[in-house]
This record gives sequence, C-alpha cells and structure tokens, in this order.
Amino acid sequence: MRSKECVAMILAGGQGSRLGTLTKKLAKPAVPFGGKYRIIDFPLSNCYNSGINTVGVLTQYQPLALHSYIGIGSAWDLDRRDGGVYVLPPYVREKGGEWYKGTADAIFQNTNFIEMFNPEYVLILSGDHIYKMDYSLMIDYHKAKQADVTIAVIAVPWEEASRFGIMNTATDDRIVEFEEKPKKPKSNLASMGIYVFSWAALRSYLTVDAIDPKSSHDFGKDVIPQMLAGNERLCAYHFGGYWKDVGTVESFWEANMDLLSDEPALDLYDPDWRIYSVSPTQPPHVIADTASVVCSLISEGCQVLGQVENSVLFPGAYIGEGAIVKDSIIMPYASIGANAIVSKAIIGRKSRVESRAQLGVNQLEQEASHWFSGITLIGDNLTITRETKIRRNALLARP
Amino acid sequence: MLKNTMGIINLHESHESFREITKHRPLAAIPFAGRYRLIDFVLSNFINSGITNVGILSAGNSRALSDHIRSGKEWDLARKRDGLFLLPSWQTGNVQGAFPNDLADFFSNLDYIKSSRQRYALLSGSRAVCNINYEAAYNYHLEKEADITVLYKEYSIAEAKGLSEATMLETASDGRVVDMEVCPVNNRSNKLSLEMVLLERQLLVDLIDASVSRGGTNFTRDCLMKNMENLKIYGFPFTGYLARIDSMQNYFDHSMKLLTPEIWQEIFFAHGSIYTKVKDEAPAKYQRDAMVKSSLVANGSVIAGKVENSVLFRGVKVHKDARVTNSIVMQKGEIGPGAVIENVICDKDVKITAGKRLKGELNHPIVIEKGTVI
Repeated sequence: MRSKECVAMILAGGQGSRLGTLTKKLAKPAVPFGGKYRIIDFPLSNCYNSGINTVGVLTQYQPLALHSYIGIGSAWDLDRRDGGVYVLPPYVREKGGEWYKGTADAIFQNTNFIEMFNPEYVLILSGDHIYKMDYSLMIDYHKAKQADVTIAVIAVPWEEASRFGIMNTATDDRIVEFEEKPKKPKSNLASMGIYVFSWAALRSYLTVDAIDPKSSHDFGKDVIPQMLAGNERLCAYHFGGYWKDVGTVESFWEANMDLLSDEPALDLYDPDWRIYSVSPTQPPHVIADTASVVCSLISEGCQVLGQVENSVLFPGAYIGEGAIVKDSIIMPYASIGANAIVSKAIIGRKSRVESRAQLGVNQLEQEASHWFSGITLIGDNLTITRETKIRRNALLARP
Repeated sequence: MLKNTMGIINLHESHESFREITKHRPLAAIPFAGRYRLIDFVLSNFINSGITNVGILSAGNSRALSDHIRSGKEWDLARKRDGLFLLPSWQTGNVQGAFPNDLADFFSNLDYIKSSRQRYALLSGSRAVCNINYEAAYNYHLEKEADITVLYKEYSIAEAKGLSEATMLETASDGRVVDMEVCPVNNRSNKLSLEMVLLERQLLVDLIDASVSRGGTNFTRDCLMKNMENLKIYGFPFTGYLARIDSMQNYFDHSMKLLTPEIWQEIFFAHGSIYTKVKDEAPAKYQRDAMVKSSLVANGSVIAGKVENSVLFRGVKVHKDARVTNSIVMQKGEIGPGAVIENVICDKDVKITAGKRLKGELNHPIVIEKGTVI
C-alpha cells in the first residue's frame, strides 16, 4: 500500500439515543438530513473536497444501513485503487473480540489499519456533525504550529458553553486546559470533536490508554487530558463557519430549518464545495397547479399538490391537495393525505398521514417544561389514520 | 430478463428539425425532462430489461454524448466483462436525410458484434422516449419464431397523420410486417415503428455483411425493407406511453405532458427507474417570494420568482420578480430579477439578464442557443 500523509478516521458507531425513534434502526450518521443527504455525507464530502482520499469509517451500532449506504464509496469518489473508504466494524481476534469501548479504543483497535498507510497524521472526525470545512488548512496549521495534536474549536454563545467540552487557550492558541461541560466556563471555545494528531504521538498515548483500567477510552475524557498532563503540544484551530452537532431531535430539526432562510449560513449550492450523496434515482419533482411552496427545500421525486411552508421534503415525498405542511421535515417516500395538517413535525420514512389528520396543532399546557421541544415525531412505516389528531410534542414509533 | 441479448443504440438519427439544440450535440444528447438526455431512457430500459452488453453506434459530434456517458457507471454498465462500448463513427458531419449511412459504421464495428457472447441483439434509436420492459417483445419473438421483430406503436388515423419523419409499418392480421415506409409525406399507415428491432446476433452480422457487400448503406432500407419477403419480420405492438421526439414543437409538447401525474408516473417508474449522470446538486430551494405552479423542477434550482407551466433543469436560478411561463429552462440557466419569459426554450447556460422580456408563441416557442446572454 502506498503511504499516505494523512488518514481520516470517522467515528460513526454512536447510537444517538437522544434522536429517539430517528435512530431506532439507524446509526446516527445514517440519519437523513437536508432533503437528500445523510449526516455522514458532510464529513465524507469534506474529506474528498480537502483532498483526503483514505478514510476509515468506524461503525458499531445498527451498521446495516450505514454500510450499504457507504458501499465502496463511489458517491464521494472514494472508490480508489490506493486508499479510498474502508468500513471498520469491531472484529474478533485469536483471543476473542471486543466492542469498541470508546472513541479512543475504536482507533486503537484499528492501529493495524492506520499503519498500513504509514501516515504522518491522523484526522479524527465525528460522523454526526453538519458543517463544511477544509481539513487541509487545519493540517497545514498543525504542521506550522509543530503541534502534537490540533483541536478544531468554535466560539459558542457564553450561556451555552457549559454544554460543551471547553478549551482554555494561551495567547499563542496553545491549549492549556480542557474542561468537559464546565459549570463556570473560563472560555467559550468549544471542541468540535475534530482532531489532527501526529500519528507517532497518538499511537503511544493510545497504547498506554488501552491498558489503563480506570480509563473510559474516550478522546475528550481520557486521551486529551493525558496529553495535556504529559506536556505535549496541543493547539486550537479556530473555525468560523456554520457547525452544528445534531445530537438531539431539537438540534436536528433546527439544523434542517437553518437551511430554509433565503441566505442560509450553510451554503449547499457552492459548486466549489459540493456535498455528495448517494443518488436516489428519482425524476424532477412535480408542483401541481393547486400547490404553493415557500421557504422550503424540495427534493427529486416529490409530488406537491398542497401547501408547503418552511419545510424540508426528502425524495419521493407526497403532499396531497389541500394539505398544509409547515415547519416540518418529511422523510423519504412519506405521504401526507389531502387536507391533512402537519405542523412542526418530523414524519418518518414511508409513513402515511391520511386525509384530514392533524399533527402538532393543539397547544400543551406545560410547555415550559425542560424536555419540551414542541416537535411531533412520527417514526418510520407508520400510518396515521384519517382525521386523527395528534398533539404537539408527541412521539409515535413502532415498538 | 433478457440475459442473452446485447443492445445496440444506433445514433444515426436525423435531427434536421432541431437545428437550434442539436448544433453541439447528437439527437441522443438532447436534454429532456429536467435532468435527462434522450439516451438515458433507452439505456435504462436496456438495463432494466437485463441487457448488460451495450454498444453505442455513434454518429457526428459525439463529445457531448461521451461526456455524458463516460464509463457507463451511472447505468451500472462499467463492467469487467461486457458493459458499455462507445463505437466510433468514421463519418463526419451531422446525420441527414431519411436514409443515413449507418451500415458503414455497423460494418466498421462488426468485430464488436461478432465477438459479443449473446445470442440475440436488440437495436434501438434514442428518440422514442418511453419506459418499456423488452421481455414481452422477446417472448413474442420466440413464440412467432420470427427472424426479426420490430416494435411499433399504433395511433388513431388522425394522430398518425400528424407524425413527421416517421417510419410507418403495415402488418397483416397474424402480426407479420407487410409494408414499411420511411418518412412518407402522407402517412398511410397508423403504426409507427419505434425503431427498436430484435433479431439473432448472427443474423444481424449476416445481414450487415450481405447488404454492405451489395452497396447497401442504410439498415432499415437494405436490411429490413429489402428482406420483407424472405425473412419473417413481425411487428410487436407497444401499448405504453410514448414521447417520440421529432421536432422542436413536439419536444416542447412532450415536455409539458410530463406534468400529468399519470404520464410522470409511467415514464419514470413503470418498469424501473431512469438513470442519468448524477450532478450532486442540493434539493431545489423555494425562497420566500417563490410562486410555482404546474411545473417540473430538478434539484439545484433556486427559485425566488414566479414559475408556471414550465420545466426547470438542474441548477436553474429564477431571481426575484422574474416570471417564467410555458417555458423550458435547461441546466444552469439563469432568469434575472424582473425578467419575463413566455413560450421560450433556453438551452444550457443561457442567461436572461434583469428586466428583459422574451415572448414566443405557444405553437412556436423561441429557442435560445446554448450559452447565450440576453
């Protein structure tokens, strides 16, 4: 195998339990996003656009849909003779096998894979973030700083800083302290979960971490603090673009809605930084003479006869005559019957909302409670029968 | 599934009535239905029917076509054995007339046909746009013990009169083809040949050899019509929806008919999906002031204006206060702020700048050439 300067490793094994029924049969990175994508399209496309053509995807939870989606990587031009995309689920060894016990353990268990390419640097990415980023600039920065690890950081609003892993930096952007979800944050620079490691340094810390019985084998909790304690050179790389962790139903819904303004912060139409995905092979969508569509993303294969406002329609969605769809996300091949109302809802793949059903329309009394997102979530392959009324914030899924 | 059949797409199709949009491309590469080229339909029909060895007999300027087809990957035709073969043409210039010299190119590519492994060969052009599975025609061919089976579509007498540049068939009650006419001024028959022909591969090789060595130049005339008596040529009726693209006007009409849900459903889904080159465009974006009715819209479009009874291809931008009515805007077209177009066909990369107004007639749309800025 030809050696590579940098190998990217995408952590895609997480369950994403806070996404509820969206990740019932799917790993989080395989969740559909933005009218035609899946979340993992973003890191994979960023890799391709950054000139990184050797990518390992670490899978574990519900991997079937993810594995079949990635295939041989041709959608991202990663079906290459040298390098390309490799799906890396946990495996069995001579003396039994193990699940990936944490993010760091997942990389450690694939040491042989990384060494196959003899890389200078290893880029660690999350499979569940929505953003566009040129990793090659971050690697250049890592080299210029002669760092052992470079961590991408983004300034978050101060009041939200205690939800993130926060980096406290010196004036030269060296990281002096790392605090996971601090109660009283000293900085608002949050880790984006994107790391460039010099492989030699990472390998030695992973080897030590692997035999530490007290370690949870996590980058943020274990490896980074150990490297700080070991006086390694940790640098922060500032990122100023759009970045969103879509770890909850609410943030997933918000990230979709963020695309609907006339000038969204995340530009999906930039020909120089395309986001690639597997094509569903559908014809252009049809807007009937009874339809009206504003502030929405509509994908191929949709048929719209009703009214769509501020919503995202995935391929093959059907909106019947007289139906009103507002502030909602309609997953692939879902259908909304005639005169139905769907408000602030996520309708799962192939689910059917029959005519005159009403979703997410009436108010709840205790809206202030902290778990209340106001989003009605309908799982995959469900039927909401005629004239059924479903309140806001309800969750319906198959057992 | 037609596992034992090879496909040959014959691009020697006259396109004189399309000058404006075939200057840079063969008929097969004409953009159609928002994201396709005509050839996508025949390629997808082949694949969906189980044909995995496909030769494209090119004609004239094939750059646009080879750019579109590349390795054939999008149609699953980038294969280790068989797959896609772009067969070169030795002739220059555009295809013209009712009897183009396709036999010369069949003959110069005879080795490909000879060395293919399949027992049968299915020939087709690209202008008969439909969604068809060839299995029924294949079974008919076997059942009739035919030498050659030609697919046709039956029209009413009145409809048939309106077809132009057509090859018409006459069949006997047992289905045998008894007469053929190419581009008659007055169509006497109401059976339109789809220019799809099924026969044994060895018979095809023999027919080409026998015709060329006798000075023959045109497949339909020299291989089919001249053998009407000594070979058993049968007609198989195709009963599905057919959009035969034969003039600028009917290109426009067929594009608009795709807005009918039943036709949209049949053309794109009846016997399998229609594949094309993927452009990785984002979903179409409807902005705050968008007003769209009765239109077919492809991915990558950004709409801020008013669009009615129109087809927007991939990556089209309709700016604020612009109005697009009864029009077709091909890939990456841009309609500037306040611009108005009605009954207009914009080829690829056409830009209508702010405030301009263009209006054709419903029975005679204006065609704006590729790359024009107005």
